[in-house]
Amino acid sequence: MKRGISYTQAFLTLLQRDLKIAIRHRGDIFNPLLFFVLVVTLFPLGIGPEPQVLSRVAPGIIWVAALLASMLSLERLFKADFNDGSLEQMLLSPQPLPILVLSKVLAHWILTGVPLILVAPLLAVLLHLESNSYTALILTLTVGTPVLSLLGAIGVALTVGLRKGGVLLSLLILPLYIPVLIFATSAIDAAGLNLPYTGQLAIIGAMLVGSLIMAPFAIGASLRVSTN
Amino acid sequence: MADNNQQQVLVRANELTCIREDRILFDQLSFEINAGDIVQIEGPNGAGKTSLLRIIAGLSRPYAGEIQYIDTDITQCRDEFNEDLLYLGHLAGVKSELTANENLNFNLRLSGYDDFDSYDLLAKVNLGGFEEALAGHLSAGQHRRTALARLWHTNCKIWILDEPFTAIDKKGVEELEQLFIKHTQSGGCVIMTTHQDMSLITDEVLRKIKLDYRFV
Repeated sequence: MKRGISYTQAFLTLLQRDLKIAIRHRGDIFNPLLFFVLVVTLFPLGIGPEPQVLSRVAPGIIWVAALLASMLSLERLFKADFNDGSLEQMLLSPQPLPILVLSKVLAHWILTGVPLILVAPLLAVLLHLESNSYTALILTLTVGTPVLSLLGAIGVALTVGLRKGGVLLSLLILPLYIPVLIFATSAIDAAGLNLPYTGQLAIIGAMLVGSLIMAPFAIGASLRVSTN
Repeated sequence: MADNNQQQVLVRANELTCIREDRILFDQLSFEINAGDIVQIEGPNGAGKTSLLRIIAGLSRPYAGEIQYIDTDITQCRDEFNEDLLYLGHLAGVKSELTANENLNFNLRLSGYDDFDSYDLLAKVNLGGFEEALAGHLSAGQHRRTALARLWHTNCKIWILDEPFTAIDKKGVEELEQLFIKHTQSGGCVIMTTHQDMSLITDEVLRKIKLDYRFV
């Protein structure tokens, strides 16, 4: 019996499994996406259809909706694995936990973050977003949503053992999401005024790199505490 | 003891104390488990059998005391210990959205193996013909067997099994007992809980650790 699975193979095996489960359980993918689309389409009905007003608030609305949609989908990141014992097997696996955790977060982002990025331009049309802000919108979402998934996963890992962790989860991670929101919307605003926005984007990029390196360890440690 | 010429201590518990919900489940519990041992942890419901197994596996931390794997605290050598440990909790870790074959493949690959024939392994646990059935559609016993199939392809020495016989029929239990005996004869150990009587593993072979329900 040979143990020849490399770290990359372990990472891909878990990624593949999570995507397969999600595809067989499609509701989980569409729920956050539907929420995102609904919130954004309801805003023009609530505040009136004037293009000036809408294009002023569009970056904020899209980002707040994306942030809440991402939070809504977080809870199921580890819950199912916790409930059926798979999480214990991962904790006891000879593969390094941070690698496994990173793979789960990546799967989660592919399933919930990428669809948001893909529909966002469409919703931006509904909100009369300035045409020169589109690139900034897509760039901030592409760099920002993985940060949301990574930071959120720490909160989920801490609350996965609790029966009603929902409220606690929001309280824990919302403060961590706020910097991303501020820099992302300010980048889109700057782009709308034809100003450079690379500074804001670089800061979100720095957050992504930082959380990519540190969050897997924090998530792993939190999972060990939660299953204790 | 099954095999007296193998006396290597695989797992040692040093004065373990476990407290759950303000109740002391056990305190100052010490024991040694050697290569070749089949150990049954006995006690009524709520005595702390599962808690003890989780502590030995390193999933829970004891309130006091430590578990040693070949003379090292398991918190110091988690990687080596995990490589030598096969733990099956009473939650089997089987995904109902995946087929029996996919479940087994994933579990074995997660443990690092890449040279197995999963159809052959599933046939060994009597799941031939159900390889591509979703685990959610299988019966409780077959669900359990999907998880147990891993026992036929492992080189871990320490097996920790929480109620392995639940929902398994008589013939299946006997096959598992045979496998346990074979495993211990080749230098492994089995630590388990069960409320079922075993036919092949007799009292001379079996070591017991008794836990009592305490009202302190």
